[in-house]
Amino acid sequence: MTFGESVAVERPPRTMGERITRMVSKAPIHVALAIVGLIWLLPTIGLLITSFRPTSEILSTGWWEIFAGRLTFTLDNYTEVLGSQGMLNSFINSVIITVPSTILPVGFAALAAYGFAWVDFPFRDTIFLIVVGLLLVPLQMTLIPLVEVFAQMGIFGTFLGLWIAHTAFALPFGIFLLRNFFITLPRDLIEAARIDGASSWNIFRTVVLPLSVPALASFAIFQFLWTWNDLLMALVFAPRPGGLPMTTQVQGLLGTFATEWHLLAAASFLIMTVPLIVFFSLQRYFVQGLLAGSVK
Amino acid sequence: MSTATATPTTSTADVARSRSPKFLSGWSLAALIFIGPAILVLTVFMVYPAIRTIILSFENGLGNYVQLLTADPRFIRFSFPPSGSLWNNILWLLFYTGGCIVIGLIVAVMATRVRYERIVKAIVFLPMAIASTALAVIWRFVYSPDADTGLLNAILGIFSVSPVSWLGNAGFVNTALIIAGIWGSAGFAVVILSAALKGISSEILEAARMDGASEGQIFRRIIVPMLSLPISVIAVTLTINVVKLFDLVYVMTEGGPGNSSNVIAVQMYQQFSARNFDYSATVAVVMLIILIPVMIFNIRRFRSERVVA
Repeated sequence: MTFGESVAVERPPRTMGERITRMVSKAPIHVALAIVGLIWLLPTIGLLITSFRPTSEILSTGWWEIFAGRLTFTLDNYTEVLGSQGMLNSFINSVIITVPSTILPVGFAALAAYGFAWVDFPFRDTIFLIVVGLLLVPLQMTLIPLVEVFAQMGIFGTFLGLWIAHTAFALPFGIFLLRNFFITLPRDLIEAARIDGASSWNIFRTVVLPLSVPALASFAIFQFLWTWNDLLMALVFAPRPGGLPMTTQVQGLLGTFATEWHLLAAASFLIMTVPLIVFFSLQRYFVQGLLAGSVK
Repeated sequence: MSTATATPTTSTADVARSRSPKFLSGWSLAALIFIGPAILVLTVFMVYPAIRTIILSFENGLGNYVQLLTADPRFIRFSFPPSGSLWNNILWLLFYTGGCIVIGLIVAVMATRVRYERIVKAIVFLPMAIASTALAVIWRFVYSPDADTGLLNAILGIFSVSPVSWLGNAGFVNTALIIAGIWGSAGFAVVILSAALKGISSEILEAARMDGASEGQIFRRIIVPMLSLPISVIAVTLTINVVKLFDLVYVMTEGGPGNSSNVIAVQMYQQFSARNFDYSATVAVVMLIILIPVMIFNIRRFRSERVVA
């Protein structure tokens, strides 16, 4: 799904007079939508502008003063937050945490989804239903014992532990989403491959996966953003002190520097960069992934 | 979901079924290779921990549950008005879910009538991409008690209203948080509702207009009833969000001032951090219990429609 064009509910205007009448009658809608646009843009724009303003100005005047001609901008906030506040390190940590936490669930979920869709085995639908039922288990239900399990395995407070926790938590949704996609693939195609003597593994690799790129992409993007934006899992499992991702870092900054807006603004935008790039470059998959992810 | 069993049985599976004991029959190597890794990870790192959490919550028999539900004013205090984190979740459920649906409906309907629909929807949807942590910083900034920093107090200043500490005042804090939450999620409702609106044929609308129905009547009598399914989808999704709500509240207020804006998931984490593991497990189980009916509704819906978003 994309942000598609509106359906033509009305026929096009015939005369200039009709066009003007229509413009005027729609004026309240235009005004209301302009207000909606402002409410949704101003808070973010305000923080964005603040992230480029010198500290002294942030403390004495509001960001909106730039419209009154206070146009001093600086990159100092970003330099400080990336350097002395350790956000560069956290940025790298976020990447280290997110990439395997996306690849592992996509791989495991794709395998399992194929199994549930096209391989025959006893209790298949019951097991699938149990997996779907796990969607309802909130992260909080597993936190405490996972700490124990990871401690016993010697991976508490390591990236490996965090990857495993993210993978486990992503699987029910991923299996659910991909299996429901795989099942819609044409049966004839898969049967034909079987008759030609292709193994399940070859059918999975050469028929199912190439045809499922949109579903795989939606899930991957959803999972990538989920992990990138995660706070709770990182608070509990991330390596301390050196392995914290950006979300926990910003949360820590808020505790110590609650009014240091120059640091907070710059740090927040660093978190937002990657999701925004994804949003603008892969909008279609992005929206699909988020909408499908609404069951999680 | 009903089509799941329709895969033609392979001959190998049939052969295996007739030979080996009933329970083990039919398990091919392929089945184990495909579902094995996921099932292993889920069993060790999700099912086992969840069962452990349930056991842990009963460490004092029913004691933890009795205390949580009857003697913990931080969880629920039955006064007038009630307070505590469970009560705050109920407030969120009513006003955040309701607010998202109402605003989503209004924006979606208005947006279909203008040419720049795409832009409006993209702008409102954008916060969905942002980490709740960043969203929390954005709104702490808007709500800043300093009129030279906080947008809201600066706007009120134009009307000579003196600055208010929105997040520091127990009377305002929940409203302030819920507004930030609606801002973050309304785009979800807009996108779903706008897709649903496109499914309403223009002939029906034209016919109603021909028959002299007012725009208000068309909205109430035609559009709203036809949107009831997507609205219920949004309501269920946002309800799940509310039960799991953590980041926004934790980063903006940590449940404060005092306990006035606390929610269940934050309270669970606070108990966890304070190393009250069995009590924290009890809060987690209560979250699960609240989620069960919502999820049953959700799974029923998947079954009946076989549609995911």
